[in-house]
Order: sequence, then C-alpha cells, then structure tokens
Amino acid sequence: MASVPMHQGLLLAGILFALGLTGLLVRRNVVFILMSLEIMLNAAGLAFVVAGSRWGQPDGQIVFIFILTMAAAEVSVGLALVLQIYRRFKTLDVDAASEMRG
Amino acid sequence: MDAVFYIAAIVAIVSTVLAITRLNAVHALLYLIVSLLSVAVVFYVMGAPFVAALEVIVYAGAIMVLFVFVVMMLNLGKAATEMERQWQKPGMWAGPSILAAILIGEVAYLLSNPSTLAFGAAVVEPKLVAIQLFGPYLIGVELASMLLLGALVGAYHLGRRTQGKTEK
Amino acid sequence: MFHLVWLIPAFPIASFLVLAIFGTRLSKKAVPLFGVGSIALSAVVSILIMFRFLTSPPPGNHYTQILWTWVDVGGFKPQIAFYLDALSVLMTLVVTCVGFLIHLYSAEFMQEDEGYSRFFAYMNLFVASMCTLLLGNNLLLLFLGWEGVGLCSYLLIGFWYRDPANGLAARKAFIVTRVGDTAMTMGLFLLFDKLGTLQIQDLMHQALLHWAVGSPYAVAAALLLLGGAVGKSAQLPLQTWLPDAMAGPTPTSALIHAATMVTAGVYLIARTHILFSLAPSAQFAVAVVGAATLILAGFSALTQPDIKRILAYSTISQIGYMFLALGVGAWSAALFHFMTHAFFKALLFLGAGVIIESLHHEHNIFKMGGLRKELPLAFWTFLAAGCSLAGLPLITAGFYSKGLIIWDTWSSAQGSHVLWFAAVIGVLLTSLYTFRLIFVVFFGEVKTPVHKRPGLRMMVPCVILAVLSVVGGFLDTPPFLGGVHSFTDFMHLALPVMTEGPAGGMTEILSESFVTLAFLVGLYLAYFFYVQKREYAEKLTAPAIGKALHQFWLSDWGMDWLYERVFVRPIIWIARVDKQDFVDNIYSGMALLTEFCYRGVRKTETGRIRWYAAGIAAGSIIFVAIVLFL
Repeated sequence: MASVPMHQGLLLAGILFALGLTGLLVRRNVVFILMSLEIMLNAAGLAFVVAGSRWGQPDGQIVFIFILTMAAAEVSVGLALVLQIYRRFKTLDVDAASEMRG
Repeated sequence: MDAVFYIAAIVAIVSTVLAITRLNAVHALLYLIVSLLSVAVVFYVMGAPFVAALEVIVYAGAIMVLFVFVVMMLNLGKAATEMERQWQKPGMWAGPSILAAILIGEVAYLLSNPSTLAFGAAVVEPKLVAIQLFGPYLIGVELASMLLLGALVGAYHLGRRTQGKTEK
Repeated sequence: MFHLVWLIPAFPIASFLVLAIFGTRLSKKAVPLFGVGSIALSAVVSILIMFRFLTSPPPGNHYTQILWTWVDVGGFKPQIAFYLDALSVLMTLVVTCVGFLIHLYSAEFMQEDEGYSRFFAYMNLFVASMCTLLLGNNLLLLFLGWEGVGLCSYLLIGFWYRDPANGLAARKAFIVTRVGDTAMTMGLFLLFDKLGTLQIQDLMHQALLHWAVGSPYAVAAALLLLGGAVGKSAQLPLQTWLPDAMAGPTPTSALIHAATMVTAGVYLIARTHILFSLAPSAQFAVAVVGAATLILAGFSALTQPDIKRILAYSTISQIGYMFLALGVGAWSAALFHFMTHAFFKALLFLGAGVIIESLHHEHNIFKMGGLRKELPLAFWTFLAAGCSLAGLPLITAGFYSKGLIIWDTWSSAQGSHVLWFAAVIGVLLTSLYTFRLIFVVFFGEVKTPVHKRPGLRMMVPCVILAVLSVVGGFLDTPPFLGGVHSFTDFMHLALPVMTEGPAGGMTEILSESFVTLAFLVGLYLAYFFYVQKREYAEKLTAPAIGKALHQFWLSDWGMDWLYERVFVRPIIWIARVDKQDFVDNIYSGMALLTEFCYRGVRKTETGRIRWYAAGIAAGSIIFVAIVLFL
C-alpha cells in the first residue's frame, strides 16, 4: 500500500477543517453552514483514521464510525431545524434567527 | 500508490473550496460529494477499506441525499441564488480566511518536523474493526444508538408541520 | 418523678410546632385543644413535681437532668440540662399554672380573632421559653430562654401588626430590652472568661472560691447581670417599654407583661444570689433601683387614663418591690411577692380584658363607670385582686407578701430606713391608684353600656385567680398573725436566710401597722377624690403647677422625651450624616464596575451564530498558539 508520511495526511485533515471553518463563518445560508459543519466533522474523522492507520490499529476507524453516527444525527436534527426556520422566517438567513440577543 | 493519495488530496481540497464558494446549493452539494468521495479514496489508500466504504455509503450517500431532499423541499430558485450573490461580498471572506490561514499555519508548524513514519503500511481489516467495536467499545455503540434514537425523535418532532400552528 | 421535668417545656414546644405548621388548617375547636391542652399537661407535670419535691425531696434538695451536650468547643461545654431546686420548682409551677389559666381565658377571649392559631403558637412558644429560662442549669441555656421570651414578647406586642403603632411598640420593647441584654451578654462573657464555666451551681462555687467580697470582677459581673435584669423587668432606667407593650392582646399582657416574663429579672438575680452577695455595692444598687422604680412608677400610675397602662405602671412598681427585697437580701420575700403578684396582677389584667371586651374595646377609664352592677362577677374578682395589690390587711395575699418585704427592708442588715420609707410611700401610692381605678370603673353612673358578657371559660380562671390572690398569702404570715413559715422554709432549701440587722426600735407589728396606715390613707384619698368630690380631682390639675406635674407623670417623668432627645435623635442624625461616607463609595464603585463590564460584555451577545462561531474559532486558535509557543 501507500507509504506517505503521516504528517501529510494530517495536513490534509487540517486544510479541510480550515476550509470548513471558513465556510461556516462566511456563509449566511443555513444549509451551507450545515454543509461546512459536515466538512469539518469529516476532516476530524480523517485525522483519526490517519492516526489509526499509522499504528495499524482499528481504534481510529472506530472513532470515525462514532463521528459518522454523530454527524448523521446532527444532520437530521439540523435539517429539521432548517425547515422550521424557513417556515417561520421565510428565509434561510441565519442572522434572521437572532432572537436570543442579549 | 503515493500518487493516488496526492491526487485524491488535491481533488478533495479543490472540490471543498468550490463547495463552500458556490452560490447554488445543489452545485455546492455536488462538489461536496466529490470531496467526500476523494476522502474515501484517501481512506482506501491508507489501508482502511471499511471506513472508505462507509464514507461512500453513509456520508456521500445517505447524508448528502438528505441534504438534497431538503434543498428540493425548500424549492430554492433563482431568487435564492441572487440573494446568495448579495450576501457574498468579497470583503466578507477576508476575516474568516485569515482565521483559517492562521489555523492551517499552526497545524503546519506543528507538523513541521516530519516523522519518517509512514502510514498505510498495513491494511486494517474490517473484521478487526468489528471485533474491537463490539468488544471494548461496546458501550460507545450503545451510546451512539441512543444518540441516533434521540435524533430520530427530535427530527420527527421538529419536522412536523402542525407545530408552527400550535406554538404561535 | 423528677426525670419528667423535660416534659414541662416539651409539651408547649410540640404544640407550638403543630400550631405553627398546621395552624391555619386546624379548626377553631382544635386550636385551643393543642394550645391550652399542652399548657395543662405542663401544669400537671409541674404540680406532680412540686408535690414530689415536698413529700420526698431529692438528695441535697436539688436534681439535675442532663439531656445532651449542646456545644463542646475548647472547654466550653454547656449542656441542655434542667436543674430543679425550690426556686425553679416554685417559679415553674406558678408560670405553668397561671399560664394555663390565662390560656384557658384566651381560648374564649381570642375566639373571634383571625390570628387565633398564631396567638396560641406564640403563647406556647413563650411558655416553653419561660420554662427553659427557669429550668436551665447553665446561664447560656437560661439566656436562650431569656431571648426566647423576648422574641415572644415582641411577636405578641405586635400581634395586631396591621396597625403601625403596635409594630412600633413591639420594636421599642425589643430594642430597649436589648440594651439590657447586651449588658447581660457582657456579664456572661466576663463570668466565663474569669471562672471558666457557665453552669450556674459550678459558677457560684467558683465565684466563692476565687473572689473575695467586694472584688471588682464580682461587682462588674453582678452589675452587668443587673443590667439584663433591669431591661427585662422594666426597672429604672429601662422601664419605658412596658407601658407601650400594652398594645398586645390583653391575655398577653397578663401572662408576659405582668405575671411571668417581666419577673425573669427577679429570677436571674435570685438564681445568682451568691454573686450578688459577693458584690454588696451591686446588691445595694438593686435595692435602690427597686425603691426608685416603685415610687416613680407609682406616681406615673396615678395619672394614666388608660386602664392597661395603669396596670402596666403598677407592674413596674410591684417588680420594684421585688428588686428592693432582692437588694436587701430578703430572697424568699421577693419570691413570695413574685408568686402573689403573679396571681393578682394576672387577674387584674384578665379583669381589664373582660371590661375592655364588654365595652367595645374602650381603654379610657373615664369613659367607664358603674360596672359594679353590670358585671358583678368581674367586679368582685377585680376587687379581690385590687385589694391584694393594694395590700388590704389581714385577708389578702398582697398584704402578707408586701408587708414581709417592707419589714425585711427595715430589719435586714443590708436594709435602710430610707428604703423602708420609700416602700411605705409606695404602699400609699399603690392603694391610691388601685382604688382610683376601681372607683372610677365600677362606681358612679354608667357611661358606656355593656354589650357583651364574658363566658364561662373567661370567668373560671378569674375566680380561681381571685381565690389564689386571697389565700396565697396564708403560706407565710408574720409571727403575730399565726407565724406560718411554710413558704420561707421552702425557699430556704435553695436560697440563703436573710441576715438580720439591728431593729432599732421597730418591730414587725409596728411596720405592718404603718403599711396598714398607708393603705388606709391611700384608700381614703381615692374615695375622697373619686367618689365623694369628683370635681376636686379636676381642681387639683387646674393650676399651672398641678397641670405640669400631671403632664410630667402622665409622660412617665418625661423619660421617653429624654431618651428621644439623648439617644434616638442623635443616632438618627449620625446615621443620616454617615449615610454617604467613603466606605459606601467603595461598594457602590464595585457595583458600577460590574455594571460597566456587563454593558461591555453584553455587546458581544448579538444572537448571531456566526459571530459565536468566530469567537470559538479565535479562541481555539489562541489556545493552539499557547500550546505551540509557550
């Protein structure tokens, strides 16, 4: 199989994570924000798998499975919330839902 | 095989960049699926075939399909794209990009003394993963199942149409 | 038998808890069942203990029941323990029995009041505290009861709290007695510091061992305890709270502000009599305070138009007699007068309650009159109590107890002729104001019609107390009238015998004759001014000097006026000046700073998710940076 230095895999994870973060901060559309979250979660999972692969152990993959589970749960609830927001505010602008202002 | 990793990595980064910059949600989703598939390739190269399969089936398959469904339900048309265009002013990218750049810089610095240790030397078989998952991590599996149940109930509750009427 | 002593305070406290927690849910019939029943049980227990004490006294004539150790800190080990000797047994008996009669009376008197259960809760708490005060074997437990009765007094004076004047009277009573209590607390600190214990018997023993007669510590401790006693017993100069305390319901005045609580000071001094014997100057101060109080309060009582205030001043005056007796070392005479006073003064207040109740809450005696025919039973019982108070010779208890004090004032080694003279003048004043009250209220023409007559539950206690006010005196009579000494003998189980001094040409029979003479003069004056020639009484106050004197006495020798100017107003002034000092600025500055920070932080709370996410991202970057570069 491949013999890439481990840090390059981790760097890929870091870049993907940073891209997800950028998307999260920039986009105002709730759907895009959720997508950005997915990118970040995926990047975190990638980092675990890289580490697990480095030691030849299955634990990294197991944690990835857990992250996957969590992402699925989060997306289902998050998308239901998106529908609610759209129904209530007639827009997907996340700044419209800022009623919890201090 | 090294080349496969690098190509897949570049594809992942590019498609992710495109995914977060698209104005149309469906276009963005398609790029995101490409990104996830290329990460799946990376997993496979790293010797984690089981996770690569999961990535394709659950992430690129199920979750993204969910997104597509919702986008279709919302029925966003040209007006939404126009709205996105208004929202996406070039100046808005500056702050988040700087933050992200610093973060990547820090990560790169952390990894700056490259270890000679390579990964992906051996394939971790799905069987091994399964033994571990249902052995020492059993409690985690149980918790994950509870989390999914909670998400199921929550999504069902939030998704009901009648709720808007009763609450207001 | 004696080990049942803990039940005496336990019954009322249990009933207090029931009434305090479930009071509003109990029916009007169940409330007195608890309220009166608990005191009845306590009274039964104390009667049994008294009986046992008389028939087979415990070894050494005292008995201690240790329940548990209250606190154990650095050698300071007060116990929850009850001490029985002749003194505490007698006082507990009087408190529970008189308390029971007054509770029985209240069951009817307070029936229409919306705070029926609250009233009984307070009264039961009072009896429990009073018994703790009397039975406690150490000064700290005594002090607990002491403050407990003070609290109940406060609560009951302000019982009708919707009228701000009652609240004011309650606060006045609380604050003025607190002055005395502060002195007493310091006395307790001093005693513990010097003698290392607060257990009373032990303390007295230590005092005898360590302190010589006239030792400055003994004098200081005795004077500080006297301060507490003066405050609680409304003696000069802290007597001003008691007349105002009449704002409470009448049974309260009868129980707390006449029969029991105000005599706590007498008990305290009698209980620590060894300390006072070691400090002759302090003991003399007790006598002087008593003599001065009985005269001054007597004059004040002469001018009051309010029936309850007359009785209040009379209470102050009679407690003055007890203090006088304590001051001259006539311990048992003081206790004898305490007992008879509890009977007749409680009865006078209960009678006043009957009168006030039947005349639409009328307090002014000059709007009453001719009640002899209207309320015959009330009249006869009131008359019995009044005669006992004034000291009608031969047949009333007051005559024997007061006569004994007056004779002891002359014959005691610590007594003096001036004090004796003051006491005899006091008899004249007592007789004058008592019969003024009786003549004005019960004789003459009817001024306010009677609209309500008391029932059985109110009159039975009155009759019982009337009997006691008469026969209570036969427990101890002078030699020429049978020479019964049962009371004195009983008290001598716990208190020392008075040391007699040179009689100097006076005999007991002569002293009693003077008392009788003073009584008759007072009676005649009252008869002359308030029955024969009513207009003379008004003429007396017509000239400027008479008017001024009347006003002066009416306002209790201007004491309130004086205190208002000497203490209250300067303190209010200082408080007002001190309201804005720099110390406040520190605290208000802190508040301002907090508010400023809050306003700053509030700006970040925009409700925008992306803003929060940016905060999280920036924070994580900083943390990673810290890990990296530090």
